[in-house]
Amino acid sequence: MSSQNGDNKDRTVGSPEAGLSERRAQLNRKLDDIRVVEEKTARKSQSSSSGYAQAMKLSSEFIAGVLVGAGIGWVGDQWFGTSPFGLIVFLLLGFVAGVLNVLRAAGVVEQPDAKVQREKDVQNDRSK
Amino acid sequence: MANDPIHQFHIQTLFPIEVGGMDFSFTNSSLFMVLTVAATSAFLIFSTSGRGLVPTRLQSISEMAYEFVAGTLRSAAGTEGMRFFPLVFSLFMFVLVANLFGMFPYFFTVTSHIIVTFALAMLVILTVIIYGFMRNGMKFLKLFVPSGVPAALIPLVTLIEVISFLSRPISLSVRLFANMLAGHITLKVFSGFIVSLSAMGAVGIFGSILPLGMTVALTALEFLVAFLQAYVFTVLTCMYLNDAIHPSH
Repeated sequence: MSSQNGDNKDRTVGSPEAGLSERRAQLNRKLDDIRVVEEKTARKSQSSSSGYAQAMKLSSEFIAGVLVGAGIGWVGDQWFGTSPFGLIVFLLLGFVAGVLNVLRAAGVVEQPDAKVQREKDVQNDRSK
Repeated sequence: MANDPIHQFHIQTLFPIEVGGMDFSFTNSSLFMVLTVAATSAFLIFSTSGRGLVPTRLQSISEMAYEFVAGTLRSAAGTEGMRFFPLVFSLFMFVLVANLFGMFPYFFTVTSHIIVTFALAMLVILTVIIYGFMRNGMKFLKLFVPSGVPAALIPLVTLIEVISFLSRPISLSVRLFANMLAGHITLKVFSGFIVSLSAMGAVGIFGSILPLGMTVALTALEFLVAFLQAYVFTVLTCMYLNDAIHPSH
C-alpha cells in the first residue's frame, strides 16, 4: 500500500490530469474490493441465520398442504359415506398442493400471475 | 420436574369460570395474553405521549415499529393495504411481545400453543376471505383459477389451488408455534444437561461448560427467532391481504 501511494504522489506531481484519473481508478478498485467483502459477509450471515428459518418455512408449508388434503378427504368421507376413496384422492391432492406450496415458498414457481399483477400495479401507479 | 422440558407449557387454571357447562377459566395463558396486551398498550401510549418533534429514545422505538410495519404493509399490499394497518400492527406487536415475554425465565410463552397461533391465523384468513368477497364479489374466486391453463386441467388445478389456499392458515400457525415450542424445548434440554452433568463431580462440572455455552448461544438465537417469526407472520399477513385487495388471477 505505502509504495503504491508513493508512486501515485510522484505521478501526481508529474501531470495532474493523469494523476487524478489514476487515483480515481485506484479508489474505484478499493471500493470494489470493499463491496465484494461486504456482499460475501452479508450472504454468509443471511445463509447461516435463515437456514433454520427456511427449513421451518418449507416443512410447515408442505405439512399444511398434506394435512388440509387429508382433512377435506376425511370430512368428505364422513358426509357422503364414500370411505375410503375421498381420503385417498384428497390426500394425494394434498400432497400436490403441499409440493406447490413448497415450490412457491422457495420461489421456484412464481405466484400465479404475479407478473401480470405487477404490470397492472405499474399501470395503476402511472395512472395515479 | 425441574428437568421436564414440557412442564413450561402446562396450562394452569388461575380463576375457574364456567358458563353453560363450558370451561372459560382464566388460565396462566390468558394472564400472559392480558399482560402482553397491557404491556404493549402501556408502552406505546407512554412512549408517544410526549409527541416531541425530536423524539426521545422510547418515542423513536415506537416510531421505528410503526415505520417498520407500515413499510412492510405498503410494499406488500400497496397504499390500499394501509386500511388494514391497525390489524397488522396489532398482530405484529402482539406476536412480538408475546414471543419476547416468553424469553423471561418462569414466564409462559403464549405463542407456543397452536390454538393461539391458529386463532390469529384464522383471524387473518377470515379477514382476507370476507373483505375479498365484499370488495370483489364473485371475482374473488378468480384467485383459484390461474389463467393460461388448458380447459381440461382447470377443475384439477382449481382444486389444488383451493387446498393450497386452505393450507395457508395452518402453515402460518404451525410455523410460529413450532418455532417457539422447539426453541423453548431445546433451551430447556440444554440447560437441563448443565444440572445433570454438574451432579457428576469435578469432571462433570468441567464438562458442563459445553452445554452452558450452547445455552447462551441458543438464548441469543431465540431472541432472533422471536423477532424473525413475528416479522414472518406480519409479512405473510400482508401478502394474503394483498390477495384480498387484488385477486387478479
